[in-house]
Amino acid sequence: MILNIARKELKSLFASPMGWIILALLMFGFGTFYLSGMDSYFQVMSGSIRPAERIGVTMFVGQNIYGSAAYLMSFAIPILTMKLISEERKSMTLPFLMSAPISISEIIVGKFLGLLIFLSSLVLYIFLMLSTMNIWADIDFGYLIANSFGLILLISAFVALGTFFSSLTSQPIISAVLSFIALFAMMMAGRYFASDPEHWFNYVSLLPHYQSFSKGIIDSADVAYFVLFTATFIVLTIRRLDSDRLRG
Amino acid sequence: MASTLEAKNLSRLFGANYAVKDVSFNLERGEVLGFLGPNGAGKSTTMRMLTGNLAPTEGAVDICGFDMLADPKKAKSMIGYLPEMRPLYKELTVDEYLTIAARFHNVPAKKINHSVDIAKDRCGLMHMSKRLIENLSNGYQQRVGIAQAIIHEPEIVILDEPTVGLDPIQIREIRKLIKEIGKNHSVILSTHILPEVEMVCDRVQIINQGSLVFHGSIDELKQQRIGNKLQVGLKKAPALKDLKSINFISDVEKIEGDLFRFHFKTNVDSEKLASLCVEKKWGLYHIAPDVTSLEDIFAQLTMLGDKS
Repeated sequence: MILNIARKELKSLFASPMGWIILALLMFGFGTFYLSGMDSYFQVMSGSIRPAERIGVTMFVGQNIYGSAAYLMSFAIPILTMKLISEERKSMTLPFLMSAPISISEIIVGKFLGLLIFLSSLVLYIFLMLSTMNIWADIDFGYLIANSFGLILLISAFVALGTFFSSLTSQPIISAVLSFIALFAMMMAGRYFASDPEHWFNYVSLLPHYQSFSKGIIDSADVAYFVLFTATFIVLTIRRLDSDRLRG
Repeated sequence: MASTLEAKNLSRLFGANYAVKDVSFNLERGEVLGFLGPNGAGKSTTMRMLTGNLAPTEGAVDICGFDMLADPKKAKSMIGYLPEMRPLYKELTVDEYLTIAARFHNVPAKKINHSVDIAKDRCGLMHMSKRLIENLSNGYQQRVGIAQAIIHEPEIVILDEPTVGLDPIQIREIRKLIKEIGKNHSVILSTHILPEVEMVCDRVQIINQGSLVFHGSIDELKQQRIGNKLQVGLKKAPALKDLKSINFISDVEKIEGDLFRFHFKTNVDSEKLASLCVEKKWGLYHIAPDVTSLEDIFAQLTMLGDKS
């Protein structure tokens, strides 16, 4: 049943121009970063003569793209998550789901998965795009896989948070703005106390956890952070929708 | 006959106000139950509780033996529901939407196409399959709404104000469709239009300010509505007290001009009254049942409710 909900979400995403436009824009963005990354690689590397200054092309271009992905996604995901619940509230379509023999948890997890699958196509696209470098260079696939995994975790955290804000209001735009602000704050939280790396803000902030993936490391602490982050917001969303049924 | 739906002492508080108070009723297999009431009487709130969209403050809903609160999935699978606001995904085509509805209601994958076709056929949507719901007219959107409620062949179909906002021809078609659905399913239909209930329903229930004030068969309601009154037009009417003195008439009121309302002591006997009028040469030109308006019935019923 969860998969049925996910299928329905995917169908809605692809049935409206919104889904296609966002996919196209993001692909354009990643393509641009890929191109400029390649360009500057040759410029920078031709200037650094000592071998110690040289880094591999995978890491150089990869950092460029995966680093920018976090920012691009923080713009794109609120626009997509606002459709998940807020827009259903606005167009009064929630009763369609609520009166079907599906539990609220299944509805939320299904919606979350639907959007995650949609965005995973972008992760796959980035992976394939970077793999094309293998034609003329010997690239580090392990690095790409660690980064792709990290990006999927980051996206699921973003989507979970966006879904929660989407469940709070029946005004899609407000939910998009709120989740954008919340995402931005979560990403930037580490910057406020950057001088003190042991400050708890750094542990709560999203970006420091994502950055270890961009070194090609899959750290179980970071994985646990993203899984907990995602689960928390999914549970909060379920609670929110359930309280609709209880409080009216 | 076994009842398919049973509401037991349903109450719902919004803040400190009861939207629905202590409503109990049951629905027999294969009957169309009309849920009648003015705006804001609690019809939609009751229906939301019956379909599990809203948790009741007190009371329980039993659907074919499954409790809505304890076993919501089983209970919900027996119901098809069309809320007041049609829950349509307008970016999808009719076929896509109905396929999703079938899937959500656990129609087996192999039978989905077949069920979609049957539902479209019953609702007259066959030629609209590939159209976007957004581009359909109001009446056709309503049919899609009804099609989604019957796609899984539920035991109970609950329709909340299905004819609101439609033009007269569409209303007639939707009513025909509801009658048709009533042959195979139990139907609950809410409306604030009295003639609609008389046309479509087997049994009727009137709700006012959250409480049930009347429930009975459609004939009982008609009796209530027509009562023992006749509207009579007399061109050369005698004085009002002369009319009142007729032995089988209990009271006469002047409506306007030379139109009078005759209250009979016992049953209406229009023939007797007509022959009397002709005999006395009062210039009889109009005689008709005096139909009480819905408002009058509400007034009557709520006053009765207050007394008891």
